[in-house]
Amino acid sequence: MRLRYLTLVAVVFFSAFPLYYSVVVASRHNSALAQVPPPLLPGGNFFANVSRVFDTVPFGLALLNSVLVAGSISVAVMFLSTLAGFAFAKLRFRGRGALLLVTVATMTVPAQLGIIPLYLLMVKLEWTGTMYALVVPALVNAFGVFFMTQFLSRALPGELLEAGRVDGCTTWGLFWHVVLPVARPAAAVLGMLTFMSAWNDYFWPLVVLTPDNPTVQVALSTLASGYVNDYVLGLAGTAVGTLPLVLVFALFGRQIIGGIMQGAVKG
Amino acid sequence: MSSLPLAVARRRHRRGVRHTLDVRVSPYAYVAPFLLLFCAFGLFPLAYTAWVSLHDWTLLSDEHAFVGAANYVTLLADGYFWNAVFNTLSIGVLSTAPQLVLAIWLAHLLNRPLRFQTLFRVSLLLPNVTSVVAVVVIFSQLFGRDFGLINWVLSWFGAGAVDWAAGTATSHVALSTMIMWRWTGYNALIFLAAMQAVPRELYEAATLDGASGFTQLRRITLPMIRPTIVFVVVVSTIGAMQIIAEPLLFSASSGAGGVGASGGPDRQYQTLALFVYEQGFTKFDFGYAAAASWLMFVAVVLVAGVNYLLTRRMRGGLA
Repeated sequence: MRLRYLTLVAVVFFSAFPLYYSVVVASRHNSALAQVPPPLLPGGNFFANVSRVFDTVPFGLALLNSVLVAGSISVAVMFLSTLAGFAFAKLRFRGRGALLLVTVATMTVPAQLGIIPLYLLMVKLEWTGTMYALVVPALVNAFGVFFMTQFLSRALPGELLEAGRVDGCTTWGLFWHVVLPVARPAAAVLGMLTFMSAWNDYFWPLVVLTPDNPTVQVALSTLASGYVNDYVLGLAGTAVGTLPLVLVFALFGRQIIGGIMQGAVKG
Repeated sequence: MSSLPLAVARRRHRRGVRHTLDVRVSPYAYVAPFLLLFCAFGLFPLAYTAWVSLHDWTLLSDEHAFVGAANYVTLLADGYFWNAVFNTLSIGVLSTAPQLVLAIWLAHLLNRPLRFQTLFRVSLLLPNVTSVVAVVVIFSQLFGRDFGLINWVLSWFGAGAVDWAAGTATSHVALSTMIMWRWTGYNALIFLAAMQAVPRELYEAATLDGASGFTQLRRITLPMIRPTIVFVVVVSTIGAMQIIAEPLLFSASSGAGGVGASGGPDRQYQTLALFVYEQGFTKFDFGYAAAASWLMFVAVVLVAGVNYLLTRRMRGGLA
């Protein structure tokens, strides 16, 4: 029993230490890193370093872009996934089974496979360098639809829909008055998961955006890839770019974990 | 006087048509936004990749000559391509195998009434919330040759300063560490979810029979959660075959300068996905890159399929 707690405490340490240490480095001066032993406590240079981040890259614009992109993607994914999930879980129509199967099957196709044509498509639409290129392809995805289908087929009682029909509700009325209230907790979890992955998305933004109009992750990679190795600058940016999300996670961690574990039982 | 029932009947009829439309047709309207977006940005690019891969397609020329399988033939003779295949498999094995064993063990530890359960779970997921960019920036510092914390700790045991990014084996270890740090806790939570669905009575009976914790893990837990193990192995394999952000950023933030698509000066950690990126977005040879994407897809299907079969057959060894 004691061994169990010791192991778990070690896990907490290894999970948290790299994040803690990044704050230590971010709050020091570059010269402090060359000391032996290395500094293990935060210094007083954090805000000076952060303002250096804002001088080096357009970090304010990056934060604004990331908030707008991740926010609009999350809202769209929540709404469109609930809409499609409702139809897949509770409505009868031709081709329903086949469509659902295709949806699930494509979740296993590597996203990298389509990256070149997707880029060519963005060039054609003249969306490269703009946030459209990030938002529009991400408005809905197979995982979200599958997640909401799973949840609604379990959590939405058929009698509730029958009762609505008897009262003269149209399908849209049912969706608005019956389905949405039931779907709210799962949609919230889906929204948080989507926000986090949109905020952290790096590769696609790197491909379609330019350094002068970046998201947070693209700006961070610009900071980290200078010709002079400025760890302090990179980690100060990382601290500012990661902090908002860690805050969200600390607040809603329990629900997010519940969502991940629920979604996982599908296996 | 007789016109009233007629109007009612007509209204009823009209309502009936509208009702039929609502029930039969409206479901398609609900899935339409998903399907349209999905076809445009999901399925179309997949098919178009195959089309592009059969052409001599670069950014500079407007003419895209049809070249048949020429891109594939060149690829199969390209030493850099095979180097990328080797690196992908090596980093994939190094990061996935220990990660899954560790994740199962952690889930096993958490699958008991414990104090601070939420604290443990949240901290397991903390690395997963951290962005790839942050992970690589942080770990590049930790793995630094001169002032890195890891070399400092190793020096207590008499090790010299390791230049992690320089060697093939050492850079693979460093990259695998980053991947493991980010994903072990996430997978542990998925295993934990599966373990909680195993009936308690099985463990109670086993305890009465005097089976140790490890025996219970081997004889009860693992066989019972096998579907989840298969699922996680396949998903992790697909993920491991596509690793790109870590090596891309690692060469940048470990001092090579610029975003490095070559995966180190000797391509010692260029993965398949990074090879595709280098061909497509630094050399702008889209045809060649598309062909490489398709070969990568074939490799993903092959490796994931083999792992699927292996994990499913493991039953004999476990039960």
